[in-house]
Order: sequence, then structure tokens, then C-alpha cells
Amino acid sequence: MKVFEKIFKFNGGIQAKTKKNISTTSPIKQFGLPSKIILPLRQHIGKLAKLKVSVGDHVLKGQLIAEADGNVSAAIHAPTSGKVLSIEKQLIPHPSGLPDFCVEIEPDGKDKWVQIKPTNWKKIDLEKVNKLLLSSGIVGLGGAAFPTHLKLNHGKAENSLKTLIINAAECEPYITCDDMLMREKTNELILGIKLVHEILGVEESVIGIEDNKTVAINLLTKAIENEKNIFLKIVPTIYPSGDAKRLIYLLKGIKIPKSQRSSDYGIQMFNVATIIAIYRFLEFGEPSISRIVTITGNLRSPRNYEVLLGTPLKEIIDAAGGQVIKNNTFIMGGPMMGFKLPSINVPVTKAMNCIISSEPDMVEEKKPVLPCIRCARCAEACPVQLQPQELFWFSKSKQLEKAEEYNLFDCIECGCCSYVCPSNIPLVQYYRFAKSEIIEERQEQEQANIARERNEFRILRLEREKQERAERNALRREQSSNEDKTKLIEEKRKAIADALKRIEAGGEEQ
Amino acid sequence: MLTSILIVIFLAALIGIILGISSIKFKVEGDPIIDKIDSILPQTQCGQCGFPGCKPYATAIANGAADINQCPPGGDEGIHKLADLLGVEYKPLNAEHGEPKPKSVAVIDEKTCIGCTLCIQACPVDAILGSAKHMHTIIEKECTGCELCLPPCPVDCIDMTPIEENAENWKWKYPVYKIDKSSERRVS
Ligand code: SF4
Ligand code: SF4
Ligand code: SF4
Repeated sequence: MKVFEKIFKFNGGIQAKTKKNISTTSPIKQFGLPSKIILPLRQHIGKLAKLKVSVGDHVLKGQLIAEADGNVSAAIHAPTSGKVLSIEKQLIPHPSGLPDFCVEIEPDGKDKWVQIKPTNWKKIDLEKVNKLLLSSGIVGLGGAAFPTHLKLNHGKAENSLKTLIINAAECEPYITCDDMLMREKTNELILGIKLVHEILGVEESVIGIEDNKTVAINLLTKAIENEKNIFLKIVPTIYPSGDAKRLIYLLKGIKIPKSQRSSDYGIQMFNVATIIAIYRFLEFGEPSISRIVTITGNLRSPRNYEVLLGTPLKEIIDAAGGQVIKNNTFIMGGPMMGFKLPSINVPVTKAMNCIISSEPDMVEEKKPVLPCIRCARCAEACPVQLQPQELFWFSKSKQLEKAEEYNLFDCIECGCCSYVCPSNIPLVQYYRFAKSEIIEERQEQEQANIARERNEFRILRLEREKQERAERNALRREQSSNEDKTKLIEEKRKAIADALKRIEAGGEEQ
Repeated sequence: MLTSILIVIFLAALIGIILGISSIKFKVEGDPIIDKIDSILPQTQCGQCGFPGCKPYATAIANGAADINQCPPGGDEGIHKLADLLGVEYKPLNAEHGEPKPKSVAVIDEKTCIGCTLCIQACPVDAILGSAKHMHTIIEKECTGCELCLPPCPVDCIDMTPIEENAENWKWKYPVYKIDKSSERRVS
């Protein structure tokens, strides 16, 4: 059902060139088997997954390689069959450019599946579904990589969810993986929405989509014609409409305050690709082993690929014809929120939604950074209604407490402020710096508190031990002196007795 | 006139009594200033400040028996914070007490360790596990890097290894853009 209900516009935001048509002219292509698979053990927010294989093992496609370590973690599965070549630190697609633990698999070419089985999701309760999803390895595929099972936790039982929102906004320029998925897997998406709708027990499902995706909008409109509880809402193309809180406001007019979650308001949100992943897992038993990646920008043949996780990025870039203008600069994610990749010798991960081969005008060094002129354009553009120029000032001068006071942590790092800044100040980089500085400080404080406690405990322990020792010694002394006394008395008695005997004897002698 | 004076006097007396009673009733346990100082100190418990731990040093600062620049692990930042808290002038770290070092943890070479337990006795935060004659290990998470376990070890099997940066503890760096002041502005 398509509705033309009111859209609640948020403040700020920007309208940038979307550059989406670069990668939407060809359909999604199956990349196939790469020469090797490199699977980082952390492709999600949370703890490193716990290894379940050893070097030399033969693994099947879909086999568990590492399981979720605790609740805030996600499992990793083998994307194809083959041999585990190594388990060691390798370069991963992370802004740090530092290596992390990876399992390398040499594909055997057979691509043989482990036995997978569908779940009878209609019959089992949410808790069970949750447990199953924990083993599925599914994380938010929109780029944030937040473990999906955690989002299902707030279902039926506690506070009832009313609305399922499907985030199909895909508001960042260049990125088209969700758009293409919606065009090519329309039916699967609708089936997925119905499935999640049912397991969450919501009343309505709302797909939020930007008005620039006309093909997908038409297909979806047709597909939900006869659905009573699925709605399509078209929002204007204003970045960052795909940000969770912005989209909720756009669609429902609800502002979620900072300390609360959307589930507190009866709303849960999933990205398009995540919905399909949940569907494929519950319906067919397929764990998370592949994803769609937009390979775009300055390349000979940009397009979307469906790739196995762990595929070396370089192989995909080569398949896309390589860079037209060589500058060896690649961005992971969108141009607004993404980061420069340290190298393309990294594997595809669950968070990799888009790779942009930088166009010459994107190479930042070209634009000189000038001082802030306090024009407040950044404040106008900020969708969270922060004061970016103040945040910049406090972050730059490392007045971190002040930055926090000005709600630094509400900043969604959308980059609107940097985008409009006439002085080309890389504002978001300052916010990221300030945030990680504050987070580290907090962790240090926490550690110091633990150390203080342990030290105090030790001092108490030593004191107690000292006291106990003193008591023991005192006791011993007392005991020994008691013994001494009885001994002495006995000795004396004996001496007296001996003397008496002698006297008696002597008397006889005399 | 007189009544108003009387009222003021009465009020003053009343407030005085209330304050007096509440100061007795709500007496704060411990010395808050010592705790405040202690919460700034890094809790490495290394003794480089010349006191047997952070709390004793905090106490000494509070009593005016020690300067604020004697804690190398706290570094410059710590001194600044202490100066702010106490309202005194910042002064650079007193080099007599040592230099700040990158945060490290102790690692016991488990092959060499003879299980003498001397290190356990030296550790201020009980971060070493092991029993007599058995090899010992350090609980990395709890180790403060104080180095107090190094000197007592008779076989020199403990090493300090700096905590290296990895993808998990990595932080965003301070942006290194030069702000171009020389070039003429577009908006003037
Ligand atoms: S847009 Fe740039 S120059 Fe203008 S106030 Fe914000 S930071 Fe300063
Ligand atoms: S990056 Fe942060 S401060 Fe800048 S516009 Fe976005 S939310 Fe506002
Ligand atoms: S020098 Fe060591 S013991 Fe003294 S305050 Fe600093 S960390 Fe604590």
C-alpha cells in the first residue's frame, strides 16, 4: 500500500550531487570465487569472534569458523569450501590501517555447502529466533555492522513494538547497493519484511525511501499493492535522511531523545539488505557469507557486485577495470561518512557497502584549509542542530569537557558541516578525534578505579595477614610459655621428690 | 526597627544552629580533598613519587608535604589537573622522580620463572597469579605497569612490554591540517 502521508522534514541537511547513476546502469554481478578468502574475526561492533577451526582444517561453505563471543559479537562462517591456510593478523579495511586477526581460506573450487536447514520460524518464539540469529553472523548491512540479534531483543515481551521501519533511504551519494537490491530482489524483500513483521509482532511496516530511486519505488509500489500492513513512504532526497533518528522523524514525526532508543518508542529499524539476510537465514538456513558492494567512482566499469565476504578487494577493483585516473585513493563507505582505505589489499567485510575510487576533485589535499570565519553555515546544515563551529573550537583546543557540554556525542558524524564549510575545515575529523580521546580517558579512569580497588584490597589483605600472624605468634608464645610453666613445675616437683627420696635413702644409710 | 533587628538576629542564630547540627549529622567520611586528588592520580601504585602508593601521595599533597609534580605516570596532564583542582601554579614534572613512559604491562617469561613468589609479593594490585614453585603469569588487564615486580625477581624473567596500538584500541588522531592563514580569503 502506498501512502502519501505527511513527511516531517528535519532541520538542516544538504543536497549534494548523488552520483548514483554511475553504478546503476548494469545489474548486480556475481563476483564468483576469489583466489583466496581472508576473514577478519571482527567484522562487527563488539567482541572478536571465538575461533572454531585450526590451520589445515577443511571447511565447507557456510560452516562456522568463529562463534559469537558473548552477546555483543557476531559469528563468522566460511563463504566457500576450502582449506584453512593461516590464522594470523592481516590488514583489514579499518581507518587505522592496522592489522587484525584473520582466517585465511584457500578455496577448493567446489563451493560445497555444509548441511543447512531452514528454521520453522513461524512456530518458535522470539527468544529462540534470537538465539538462532546469534549464530547467523548477521549484522546491520547498511555499514554500521551492529549485531542484528541485539535488535530483536526488544520484541513482544517487554514493551511491544508497533512499527518496523525498513531503511531504504540510502542517502549518501554514490552508494547504490540497496537500490539495486530492491530492484532485483523486490519479492524477496517483501517476503523478508513480512517475516520480520511477524516475528516482531508489529502492527505496521514502513519502507522509507528517497524520491530519487524511481525504479525501486515503482517496483515496490506494485509489490505491496495488496499488502495491508506494509507502507511505502517517499522522502525527499536530503542527506542524511537515512540516519536512523532522522528517518524516524521523517516518517513518524517522533523525536527520539538522546538517552533513549527507538524501541522505547515502539519502533525498530532494519536496513534493506539486513532484512533479506534475515529472511535467507530463517527461511533457508543460509548464514551471512556474502553481500552486495557498490564499486564506483573513478573506475572503467563501476557497478554493484555480489561478493563472498573475505574476497580481496583488489580482485574486485581489477574486475571493475581499475582506475581511470590513477591516484590509488579509495574510500570505504560514502563520500560523506566513509574513510580513506589504507590499501586495497584488504578483504570485503560485512560493513563494506561501498568502495569509491576517488575522483580527482575528491583528493582533499587540493583544497587549502582556512581559518573559521564564524559564518555559522555549519550550524544551519547540522541535522542534529548542534553548533559545529563551537564543537570545532573546543575539539581543536582540546577542551574536551566543553565539547561534551556542547553535546559532542550527539554528533552523528554526518559531515554536513564539513561539506558546507567555506573554509574547508575537516570538522568531523576533529569531532572523531575528540570523541575517541574522551572515550579513552573514560576507559583509563575505569581502569584506574579498578587498580585503586585492587590496591586497597591488597592493603587490607596484608593488614589482615599481619594481624593474623601477630595473633598466631602471640598464641604460640602463650602456649609455649604455658608449656614451659608446667614443665618447670613438673621439674621442680620432680626435684623435690628426688630430694625427698634422697633424704629418705640417706636416712636409712645413716 | 528593633523588631527587624531581632528577627535578623534570630534568623542568624537559627541558621547557625541548623548549620552546626547538619555539619555534625552529615559529616563526610574520609577527607574529600584527598579523594579528589587521588582520583586524578593514575593509580599505577609505582611509588616513583616517593610515597608507597597513590593514596599516600594524595594525602601528602593535601597536607602540603609534597609537590604536585612528582608523579611520572600521570604526566603533564595529571599535573595540570592537580594544579586546576588545588588552584596552584602548574610546574613541569620533577625529573628526579622519573620520566613518563608509554603504558606497558609486565610479561613473565614462563620458561625461566622458578616460581619463587617474590613478584607476587611485590605487585601492588595482586595482578600476578601462581603458587610457590609453579610458574607465574600476569593478568594483563589488571597490570598497571608499575615495574615493582622487576627488581625482586632473582632470575630476571619479567619484561615490560609497551601496549601496542591495534585495531581495537586505536584512536582517531588529531587532524594534521595546516591552517592556511597566508592565502587571501574568498570572503573578505
Ligand atoms: S562553516 Fe566553517 S567557517 Fe563557517 S562557522 Fe562553520 S566552521 Fe566556521
Ligand atoms: S557532523 Fe556532527 S556537527 Fe557536523 S553536521 Fe553532522 S551532526 Fe552536525
Ligand atoms: S608516582 Fe606512582 S605511586 Fe605515585 S602517584 Fe604516581 S602512579 Fe601513584
